[in-house]
Amino acid sequence: MTHLSIAQKALGAEVAVRSAPYFPRKKKAITGRSIAVIVFLSICALFFCVPLYVVITTSFKTMEQIREGAMFALPNVWTLEAWDHAWNSACSGTRCEGLKVGFWNSVYILIPSLILSIGLSIITGYALALWNVKWAGPFLFVLFICAFVPFQIIMFPLISMTAAMKVYGSIWGVAIIHAILAMPVLTLIFRNYYKDIPQEIMSAAVMDSGSFWKIFFEIILPMSGNILIVVLILQITSIWNDYLIGVTFGGLGGQPMTVNLANLITISTGTVRYNDNMAAALLTAIPPLVIYFFVGKLFVQGITAGAIKG
Amino acid sequence: MPRVSFEHITKTYGTLTVLDDLNLAIDDGDFLVLLGPSGCGKTTLLNLLAGLLDVTDGRIMIGDRDVTDLDPKDRGLAMVFQSYALYPTKTVHGNLKFGLSASKLPREEIEKRIAWAAKLLQIEPLLNRKPGQLSGGQRQRVAIGRALVKNVGVFLFDEPLSNLDAKLRTEMRLEIKKLHDQLKSTVVYVTHDQIEAMTMATKIAVMNGGVIQQFGTPDEIYERPSNLFVAGFIGSPAMNLRKAKLSVAAGKIEAVFTSGVRLDVSDYPFAHPPLDGAEVIAGLRPEHFTLAATGPVAATFDVPVQYAERTGPDASAYFRFEDDLLALRVEPDAAARLNPGQSMAVSYIKGKANLFDARTGQRM
Repeated sequence: MTHLSIAQKALGAEVAVRSAPYFPRKKKAITGRSIAVIVFLSICALFFCVPLYVVITTSFKTMEQIREGAMFALPNVWTLEAWDHAWNSACSGTRCEGLKVGFWNSVYILIPSLILSIGLSIITGYALALWNVKWAGPFLFVLFICAFVPFQIIMFPLISMTAAMKVYGSIWGVAIIHAILAMPVLTLIFRNYYKDIPQEIMSAAVMDSGSFWKIFFEIILPMSGNILIVVLILQITSIWNDYLIGVTFGGLGGQPMTVNLANLITISTGTVRYNDNMAAALLTAIPPLVIYFFVGKLFVQGITAGAIKG
Repeated sequence: MPRVSFEHITKTYGTLTVLDDLNLAIDDGDFLVLLGPSGCGKTTLLNLLAGLLDVTDGRIMIGDRDVTDLDPKDRGLAMVFQSYALYPTKTVHGNLKFGLSASKLPREEIEKRIAWAAKLLQIEPLLNRKPGQLSGGQRQRVAIGRALVKNVGVFLFDEPLSNLDAKLRTEMRLEIKKLHDQLKSTVVYVTHDQIEAMTMATKIAVMNGGVIQQFGTPDEIYERPSNLFVAGFIGSPAMNLRKAKLSVAAGKIEAVFTSGVRLDVSDYPFAHPPLDGAEVIAGLRPEHFTLAATGPVAATFDVPVQYAERTGPDASAYFRFEDDLLALRVEPDAAARLNPGQSMAVSYIKGKANLFDARTGQRM
């Protein structure tokens, strides 16, 4: 009996709750402003998507179909012929070895450039932020100014410097120039990141060990994961996409993929092989895309990491 | 377990002088607390001893060694920081181990010391955790452990308990005191908390404005504050400080307050013979008042109750006297019976008054 009454009470309570006044939210009507925004965004999206669609479909077409002129048509026959040709045997100047030469050159440039530029700037940033460096303020100011000097202005002095160092016209020349040009910005990035490390941690480390390198490798470097990912992505994309440094300092043997691509597309005789060109362009763009897909999430975390201390 | 001394220490930042010709020496095994309000130079002094700051002038000795120009790691010190300053990417074990990284000890010795410190501080189950996975109290223990493993003679603490909650603070206070008794090391401890200072120290240096106001045992500091700053800073509620004039008559010396109340200070140990009519400031501790006049009494005040507050085991009552409040420590039961506005006779116990020269602020 009591059970029943409890159940009844519960029921009553539920009914009471149900009948309590509640305030339905009004559905928001689509306003003229949001329509305008949607239209604008759609146009923006099309602006990027249509050319991309054309590039991708063309790269899978045969030359016969391209000559018909229907740019937006899907390939009649899906073929990887153009991709194979672009990679293996497309002609750049007098050499007909395809893009793979440039690809491997780019890889060989990328790795030492990354190691040099990040290695130099992370140590400089660490020293400037966490150790008492004489003239650190003026030095930072000079770095800041250097970050805004256009590359073209110092190109000729750099050419003669690399020539004197006997690295001009080689992969190493390109790598060293990349490292030097990235130094100011990367040093500022690392320095600002390390400024947020609590002073007491440094004090404790100085009392515990006192060794510049030991503190760096055991304490500071393990705390730098976020910022390293940011810098890594910045550097990989900028080095990979660079054209000017590659064409200036690479000579004939050290040309990166971008230079290779440009040479491959600008031919003066015969018909333009659109499908090869599209495939070659896509091949060149793939590596940075892959980097973005795999570490893009970490990139965003890294960018916001410094914003809130945690 | 060496003695530590500061000799003629001066520290300036540009044109700003933080410490000027400061001298202080503590003995082997002493627990020195540097006590003072924010910005009094106590942390600067500690950082100078640690070597994290350079002295502008003067000499710091640890034992027989002049450490003034040594690197922090070579001074034979260990320090515990306010924010614990644990290395976030290292485990507790890694944190303790890094504390020994300058010492070049063999691996077995390192492991032995870590095990010893972990056992002493009861952090053995935590050795494989990262600092982020520890509570505040546990982090504090690890920070102390990192100092302990170094097996040095001098430990420095920079307000180590101020980030803990009240209960934990009391526990850790006892524990640090226990460790000091056990290890017999010399400790320099910076705090602005007078309860920490009173309970833990064997010696207290009260600092203000970069100057050591008084250096002595906790009892000396509390019972015989050497000037008005120390008198006002130590004690809660603070000592009641009131202007008075001395009246020296045959065999009887009294301090007369502006309202005419006379405080008998015949038995006061004057450093110099008192002059009749001298302007003084009388310091009366809240706990030396009684509501029931039993025993010898120096003065009786007839004053109205303003309000009373209870702080658990204790209670304070505030009476209006000469346009200001007079703080008294009273029994909680008695406090409950006080009616605001009601006038009462309260007595001050004989022989407990402090007198300061009104001009110099120094103890008489």
